[in-house]
Amino acid sequence: MVDSVKQPGRLRPAPENFLSEEQIKAVGAGRRDFLRKSFLAAGAALAAPMAVRASEGDPNILQNPEWTTSLGNPVAMRPYGSPSKYESQVIRRESPGLARVAGASVSFAPLQSMFGIITPSGLHFERHHQGWHDIDPSRHRLMVNGSDDSLLKQAKVYTMDDLMRLPPVSRIHFIECGANTGLEWGNVAVPTVQYTHGMLSCSEFTGVPLKTLLEDCGVDYKKARYVLAEGADGSSMTRTIPMEMVESGEVLVAYGQNGEMLRPENGYPLRLVVPGVQGVSWVKWLRRIEVGDKPYATKDEAVHYIDLLPSGLHRQYSSIQEAKSVITTPSGGQTLLDKGFYNVSGLAWSGRGKIKQVDVSFDGGINWQTARIEGPVQNKALTRFNINWVWDGKPAILQSRAIDETGFVQPTYGQLRKVRGTKSIYHNNAIQSWKVIESGEVSNVQVL
Amino acid sequence: MFRFSKTILVLALFSASTATVAFDNFKGVGRPATPAEVKAWDIDVRPDFKGLPKGSGSVDRGQELFEEKCASCHGTFGESNEVFTPLVGGTTKDDMKTGRVKGLSSGELPQRTTFTKVATISTVFDYIQRAMPWTAPKSLKPDDVYAILAYMLNLSEMVPADFVLSDKNIADVQKMLPNRLGMTTDHGMWPGAPASKGGIGNGGKPDTSNKACMKNCKPEVQIGSTLPDYARTAHGELAEQSRSFGPVRGTKTLGTAAAAPAAAAVSPGMALATKSGCMACHGVNNKIVGPGFNEVQARYKDQPDAETRLVAKVKAGGQGVWGAVPMPPNSHLSDADLTTLVKWILSGAK
Repeated sequence: MVDSVKQPGRLRPAPENFLSEEQIKAVGAGRRDFLRKSFLAAGAALAAPMAVRASEGDPNILQNPEWTTSLGNPVAMRPYGSPSKYESQVIRRESPGLARVAGASVSFAPLQSMFGIITPSGLHFERHHQGWHDIDPSRHRLMVNGSDDSLLKQAKVYTMDDLMRLPPVSRIHFIECGANTGLEWGNVAVPTVQYTHGMLSCSEFTGVPLKTLLEDCGVDYKKARYVLAEGADGSSMTRTIPMEMVESGEVLVAYGQNGEMLRPENGYPLRLVVPGVQGVSWVKWLRRIEVGDKPYATKDEAVHYIDLLPSGLHRQYSSIQEAKSVITTPSGGQTLLDKGFYNVSGLAWSGRGKIKQVDVSFDGGINWQTARIEGPVQNKALTRFNINWVWDGKPAILQSRAIDETGFVQPTYGQLRKVRGTKSIYHNNAIQSWKVIESGEVSNVQVL
Repeated sequence: MFRFSKTILVLALFSASTATVAFDNFKGVGRPATPAEVKAWDIDVRPDFKGLPKGSGSVDRGQELFEEKCASCHGTFGESNEVFTPLVGGTTKDDMKTGRVKGLSSGELPQRTTFTKVATISTVFDYIQRAMPWTAPKSLKPDDVYAILAYMLNLSEMVPADFVLSDKNIADVQKMLPNRLGMTTDHGMWPGAPASKGGIGNGGKPDTSNKACMKNCKPEVQIGSTLPDYARTAHGELAEQSRSFGPVRGTKTLGTAAAAPAAAAVSPGMALATKSGCMACHGVNNKIVGPGFNEVQARYKDQPDAETRLVAKVKAGGQGVWGAVPMPPNSHLSDADLTTLVKWILSGAK
């Protein structure tokens, strides 16, 4: 009987959001009839009252669902919209055991479920150093001063009212924690792309170029070659920024994120945007900018965010996020539904500019094909790539390799470890590999 | 004519002086900061000790303060690895002579501590002053910071027990730091001017050079590492971490029995305990730094005034009941929240 069922369009492959072990085995054995079986089961459950027989077609078509046969909800029922209840899997997550104090921890963005290049603000990764606050914007102040009086004509204080009167710019940039993929320096440690690469997000930021404020205060660019940015949270986190970046106009004092104000977890009401540079320099809850003639060696550039080399030396002031990419669909911890066609999709980015090319390998890096880069391709922003793939049901190893506009090619684990060893923690931009086995299960492996 | 020319000259000079920076273009936006305002916020201390406040503190005073305000997270000797990575340990007298911590390259260090890494003593002073203690940042006076730092230097065996650290001798301490020569800026990851032009680093030269080979790039695939079994199940049910439709599904990694508790809602008591930072030091069924909530419940459950006494204890902090590590005061919590927490603990912390 089963074999006589015609396939009416796209069949619902499984009633749950995962494949059972038996179903995975069935795919592995090259049997697709489990799809029809599960469809029959699902159809029977749904169709029983109306006695629609599954053999006539898809009950979702033959019998109009309740949303087609009843009145829907009114406007503004949810004055601030939220995702569908069917999207509950798409959330930020912590990695157990990574940090013991939730106020100084990380939550990872669900890259495996995201499209395009913009990170929805509610899914933006989090990294706090001493917990987050929801700061009253009417009481927030930004002070600009000099490490001594000769560096600035006038130390000034700006309210949010002041800052939002100034001419703004809006730009799309990625932000990546310097420790993204840091768990994987020595060996494979975590199962999914959310945990391997999820300290990564990309937003449209709106704000005032820091240059505008420094010039409003009468900065002396000859003497003031460094900027210290300081947060208003308990940690009052500080980082040194080079004045060359500020002068270029790309460093922003931002209040907007994806068309609304920053989220509290991302620095509401004010944060620094330092394109291409690791997230720790994008100081959140920004309250003070000091211009100086020397770098500051703050805790997060002298004790943490320093890269240990095999020689025992630490690299200090390592800031740029070099070119990197990762395939997000399919990725670790997922299972392919069936043999056949897939659009393999992923993200590429570079702290040195635009992405020029992304290559994908299905055989662990022996042969490569150039992926389609989907526009817009922007400076220091996430860039989406896609490539067609027909899975033949045999084992495969998927990799992606980014090349940026400087010609820099994303390194392999072997190349990266040769110069930096395995204990760096920070700035792991190695090529990521996903192994696919006959069952369709995808898992995290490292290819040297 | 003469007067006219002079005016032109003055105008020319004026525009020359303003050509480089457009000063005060945005009329009515922002205002001058007062000296008191700058003093209140400008507390950073640089490696050359610019910004260092005057003051002093002894090792003895530092020990008192450390035990009161720091030991609950960092351990009495700054050695604790329970809440944060250890502050001290891993450095030797020889490292103090060479300025490089040998354990960093020899592989002998089980874990890096603050003093195995830091090359600038100003960093530690600045950080304690701006961010410590954990639940009451910026509550320490400069003399307190000097004292706590003096105690940490003593724990690191850099200064004797009768040492008094001050703004006068902190530069001498810098010369003893065990990893003072342990930093390099010779890399391509500084986005500003290179060292050759007075800045930092090599001007952006990368340290890897992969080639974009396309065909037959290597004879075989060498797998360096695969996902360990424990890591496959350590992040909850992966089946629930991908969308329930589309080209792929999350792989089912846990049994149904194991998956159920993960989906259970967090109780209000647990949510409050997590939010208030209690869980950093207390487990529900296990000791971390402080006792497990099960131990607290067992000890107090038959005492009629347990609730009142525990609320007072949690609020004021204390030491001795459960060992030498003190519990810090929790004055930031409201009485209502304290009562909720204590009731929750006494009812089994579910």
